Amino acid sequence: MSTILKANNLTKIFSLGGLLSRTKITAVDHVSFTVESSEIFTLAGESGCGKSTTARMILGFEIPTSGELHYLDQNIQSVKDKKAWFKEVQAVFQNPFESFNPLRKVESYFFETVNNFHIEKNEKRAEQLIEEKLQAVGLTYHEIAGKYPGELSGGQLQRSSIARSLLTNPSLLIADEPVSMVDASLRMSIVNLFREMRDSFGVSVIYITHDLATAYYISDRIAIMFRGNIVETGSVEEVLGNPKHPYTKLLIESIPQPDPHQQPKTLIKFLEEKEEYLRKGCKFSGRCPEVMDICKKITPKDVLIDGVMVKCHLFKTNTGKSEE
Amino acid sequence: MNCVINVEQLQAFYVLEAQGKRKIIKAVNNVTLSIPENEIYGIAGESGCGKTTLLKALFASIDPPLQLFGGKVNYRINGKDLNALSLSEKEKRELRWTYISYIPQGSMSVFNPVKKLKRTYLNFLESHIRGKAHRDLLSLAHQHLEELGLSPQILGAYPHQLSGGMRQRIAIALSTLLKPKIILADEPTTALDVVAQRAVLQLMRDVQQELQNTIVLVTHDMGIQANIASRMAIMYAGKIVEEGPTEEVFIKPLHPYTQYLIQSLPRIGDKTTRKSVPGSPPSLLDPPLGCPFHPRCPQVFDRCIKETPILDQCNPNHKVACWLRRD
Repeated sequence: MSTILKANNLTKIFSLGGLLSRTKITAVDHVSFTVESSEIFTLAGESGCGKSTTARMILGFEIPTSGELHYLDQNIQSVKDKKAWFKEVQAVFQNPFESFNPLRKVESYFFETVNNFHIEKNEKRAEQLIEEKLQAVGLTYHEIAGKYPGELSGGQLQRSSIARSLLTNPSLLIADEPVSMVDASLRMSIVNLFREMRDSFGVSVIYITHDLATAYYISDRIAIMFRGNIVETGSVEEVLGNPKHPYTKLLIESIPQPDPHQQPKTLIKFLEEKEEYLRKGCKFSGRCPEVMDICKKITPKDVLIDGVMVKCHLFKTNTGKSEE
Repeated sequence: MNCVINVEQLQAFYVLEAQGKRKIIKAVNNVTLSIPENEIYGIAGESGCGKTTLLKALFASIDPPLQLFGGKVNYRINGKDLNALSLSEKEKRELRWTYISYIPQGSMSVFNPVKKLKRTYLNFLESHIRGKAHRDLLSLAHQHLEELGLSPQILGAYPHQLSGGMRQRIAIALSTLLKPKIILADEPTTALDVVAQRAVLQLMRDVQQELQNTIVLVTHDMGIQANIASRMAIMYAGKIVEEGPTEEVFIKPLHPYTQYLIQSLPRIGDKTTRKSVPGSPPSLLDPPLGCPFHPRCPQVFDRCIKETPILDQCNPNHKVACWLRRD
């Protein structure tokens, strides 16, 4: 295994409000992580935790305020040839009904990608290539030929969108909430596709989601984000099987269990995003059930415990909890 | 079991006329349903199965292109049945928000973006409560929000200043202002993350317990149904295919479609491969003959292709529409 993507102290600051009452929100705050070849890496967290902003920075839609992104040994910001970059990194977005123009035929997106990246000049062979990629996601060219997005189901469209991203043979796929708009009955078939792509094409996937159950199901490693920080990261079995950070525990507890007997008993607090972003010290201290005085003043440091990185004052050394 | 809504053989179809051709989309096709009082009743199914249309019919809001083709929706008010679909617009308006209220899909974007939430609340209260001063109405709204554990200061904010989860909860609070007997909620948790989702569910549970009323919850998320509904119905291609207490449906699903829905749910701690339902949802324009699920069903046999099964008692309390369950 080799590292294909490395984020180093990635930071993005947005300014909110008018000229006079300007507040700065650090949407992504010194985030570092790596993505290895042929693995599924999950970025998880609730809405407004900075996971999509991170993805947008990797895709080059946002310019990082500071920090670096390395692809193999290359700094992404210094890449002049964007096309070569997008040949390696492709994206699948949340809502398939929004990612396709309703007035354009679905197939035109496939041919456009083929032309843009000069993959194939001959139309017949281009069609063969498209057919091949569509079959990889369980569709046929015949099913989408001549059709508009409105004539396909959400599941079919999301599959098409994945098939299109495969045309350039990318080594990294960024999937931003790819299943949250897909029907429950078809959701697993899309999730299984990502697994299949990792296993048979060796594609790495950055899977962005708030749904920890599917994250556990497909990913190898996971990073839990909260208000711009990665609060816990490590192998998915360890992070979700044996959660350490109180926020990870909260997230796991919040998954609606498909079992009428197993329901959360405790009530939760719900705070507004902006309030938490501007908080000093640990950003989770406003909701944390195990909050201490120190949490409200000092931002916790990253601590490595059993191969898992945790950002919490409850943990100090390699032996686990020390301050109790 | 006392019921607040009785639906009898309801048929509500969309009638579209395009290029001289008449198309009929059978969104709610022969649905018979009894919704008990003082309970959270879940309706699950994939998109395009007609669950939103069913809710619209329950709310007696059948407007073109949706047309009523037969059946009744009876509200039970003071021990008497009232066919909601035969009421005049004025009578319907009197029932709305006092007897029955509706939280439409995407209700977090229902607020006017250029008005403070206070204005929306006042508009709403003014049109339902006559002859009261602004101040009284506002204090009513404040009190209501406080009862639900929301901060009344929120009324001074514009909708875009709040997160999706908060707006959704404000919308739910608005729909319960006049303490209705029935609340119809259409996908109230979709597009929210798990934590906001939990806050919304918590609020709905509180509302139900305080008002002792009925909430009809439509969502495709089986996890949420397990979480909150005490009884549920599974809808497929415009028909109810299974109906029973949530616990029984989850422990012993009878319809192959329900079995797929429940088996496909991933759980933490289990990485075994999950399969989703094969094939794709049928078009309601031209639903398959016989059992609507037969083209995707792994246990299909001759009878399924020819005859449509009806929803029938299997155990006391648990109904299913499947030929496999008939002797």
